Amino acid sequence: MEKVLMKGNEAIAEAAVQAGCRFFFGYPITPQNQIPEYMSRRMPEVGGTFLQAESEVSAINMVYGAAGAGARVMTSSSSPGISLKQEGISYIACAELPCVIVNMMRSGPGLGGILASQGDYFQSVKGGGHGDYRLIVYAPSSVQEAADCVMEAFEASDYYRVPALILGDGMIGQMMEPVEFKQPKKREQKEKTWAATGWDGSRERAVINSLYIEAEEMNAVIGRLQRVYREIEKNETQFEEFMMDDAEIGIVAYGTTARIVRNAVLKARNDFGIKAGLIRPITVWPFPYAPIADAAKRVTAFLAVEMSTGQMVEDVRLGVNGACPVSFLGTTGGIAQTPLQIIKKLKEIKEGK
Amino acid sequence: MTNEVIMAGFGGQGVLLMGQLLAYAGMVEGKNVSWLPSYGPEMRGGTANCSVIVSDEPVGSPVVTEADAVIVMNKPSLDKFESALKPGGTLFINSSLIDRKPSRKDIDVHYIPVNEIAAEVGNARVANIVMLGAYVASSGIVSKKSVIDAVEYVLGKSKAHLIPINEKAFDEGAKRVK
Amino acid sequence: MAVVFKKTPLICDVPFHYCPGCTHGIAHRLVAECIEEMGLQDKAISVVPVGCAVFAYKYFNVDSFQASHGRAPAVATGAKRVHPDKLVFTYQGDGDLASIGTAEIVHAAARGEKITTIFINNAIYGMTGGQMAPTTLVGQKTTTSPFGRDEVHCGYPVRISEMLSTLDGAAYIERVSLHDVPNINKAKKAIRKAFETQIAGKGFSLVEILSTCPTNWGLSPVEAIKWLKDNMIPYYPLGVFKEAK
Repeated sequence: MEKVLMKGNEAIAEAAVQAGCRFFFGYPITPQNQIPEYMSRRMPEVGGTFLQAESEVSAINMVYGAAGAGARVMTSSSSPGISLKQEGISYIACAELPCVIVNMMRSGPGLGGILASQGDYFQSVKGGGHGDYRLIVYAPSSVQEAADCVMEAFEASDYYRVPALILGDGMIGQMMEPVEFKQPKKREQKEKTWAATGWDGSRERAVINSLYIEAEEMNAVIGRLQRVYREIEKNETQFEEFMMDDAEIGIVAYGTTARIVRNAVLKARNDFGIKAGLIRPITVWPFPYAPIADAAKRVTAFLAVEMSTGQMVEDVRLGVNGACPVSFLGTTGGIAQTPLQIIKKLKEIKEGK
Repeated sequence: MTNEVIMAGFGGQGVLLMGQLLAYAGMVEGKNVSWLPSYGPEMRGGTANCSVIVSDEPVGSPVVTEADAVIVMNKPSLDKFESALKPGGTLFINSSLIDRKPSRKDIDVHYIPVNEIAAEVGNARVANIVMLGAYVASSGIVSKKSVIDAVEYVLGKSKAHLIPINEKAFDEGAKRVK
Repeated sequence: MAVVFKKTPLICDVPFHYCPGCTHGIAHRLVAECIEEMGLQDKAISVVPVGCAVFAYKYFNVDSFQASHGRAPAVATGAKRVHPDKLVFTYQGDGDLASIGTAEIVHAAARGEKITTIFINNAIYGMTGGQMAPTTLVGQKTTTSPFGRDEVHCGYPVRISEMLSTLDGAAYIERVSLHDVPNINKAKKAIRKAFETQIAGKGFSLVEILSTCPTNWGLSPVEAIKWLKDNMIPYYPLGVFKEAK
């Protein structure tokens, strides 16, 4: 298949369509508007439904309704809108409904700014809404990977009945790169016999529900979810290593930040004689603790680089588990790191500052 | 080879499109490319800019901080992006709208009156293509054919009649850097 | 022996959790009987609220959703868009629909969403123990308006049927009451009409049902029925507010 030059947001929308998503419910917010705009044109072509909801709250509840009715469904928003969706996401997680949610992060807290940020890491991987649940969270670092992750997310979400989140940032959404739409490996999907489709008595009556008043019932549901989450940790953790083999300092970064780090790693090695390497989580939940723990035995230090004031660094510390020092370099939303800033930090670490 | 360029100007000068055409041309030639726009309130009549990378290697950061070339279509863009050029880099100035010279001495500069040239060619709206012609001819990063293919793709069948004037604009720009 | 009464199989054979004298049970049965009589059991999908009817998915013997507080119309929208040939209805109380869920109900109606809403108005929050609702009458005492609802302080009760009937997408809107047998029969006819409106694809339909809450009103069931008739109907007049051709 031919490569096309597309904005990240549009590539995400097209990937969803090609993954069989036929329902999209959204609400305008910068910087993700190209996703609903693209869907509003594209869905009618494939016999699907695009509907602009009256709010993010409604949009996520429409997703709950469509997912519970057995459809492949997606919604997208950016940070403040994702906050509004959290209640619905918690319900979806408890009702064990598959769906894909896209967050093109902008800076916050509050209304914040519209420029790229990675400030929603905690919200994405440590809960977000109330209660004991997880999402499968993909953090693509290119337009191609964003498209790949969306297709994978639909497959994984259906397979585990766990909602999936695409954690991009304004930069991934707005930039154009060549992209090719490749179908992921199809999983053996079970028929959605649990879906509310109208009941003719030939199966159990479908009840899409997240209310469990009896402690034992709630305990059983959470136990089941936890077993699924352990399976996901075992099977779905994705990461990429770059020049880690002989690295003396390991850097961990995801999304667009990882691309800047990659440049810094090359420059540090070529111009400054610092052997740096990069571990790039592709899924941030499940988080690649194992390769970090493994590398921590060999490197002298780890550095986490984020477009936030320090969120993922906590997971890096969990992975390193005291085996070596962990430093942090962050910027706030809208201000990208430069390779030279990263190299300056690497020099400080090397000189033991 | 990697070429990193920043293009900037007023909204409406076709700066973002100029970058997309370059990225598309690079992709057609099998190169790795990225196009990253500024976005937000400045889109509305303020300044617009984009960073384009065309490379034989996989593109790392799409953010250009040390540009091989900077194209400025208006004066505020010169003020803002002159410093983003790396030593020995090339600055393309739209001398139709910019009456000052750059302050740096460690760079090459091309002055091209793209608005006047576009008017001579017969359509004020192809000023961006004049500039793109100058940049592509100077850098040699992609071929003229790839750029014209990109123009064809972007214009679509309904505006195919505009291809000759775009080609002429490209050629006129290219002449100025030879 | 001749059968003189048979419970509809569209209500599950489990004990209701509703208080004695509460009219939710009647409303449930009317909805279920309409679905049965229309032969739509295998097409019906219920979306139940947060509030007293939170467990209604255990009672309606059809595929069901339990929705978050106020969002039932959005959930129903999602389900109906996936299954346009099904009968999708929400069952919501006044706190759920007329307070936290106003955006969802207004926009479902404005879109002409082909769903039906059964709206139980008993002028109080029941499940949480008798707090002031958006439909609580001026002067009515509740646990959060202990001196009676003061309109200067917290405004006036909302007339949902009148409000929604101004929207072009609303195809059928009627307010009924459950305070006596003739009115219960009228209520059933209204529910059937609303379902027929949905099946015919005419647009959004809603039946507002004035109901009693003896427990939280602090009245006996009989007194509660009288209170409804004397106090609610003058403020919430019965009748058809919208009927699309």
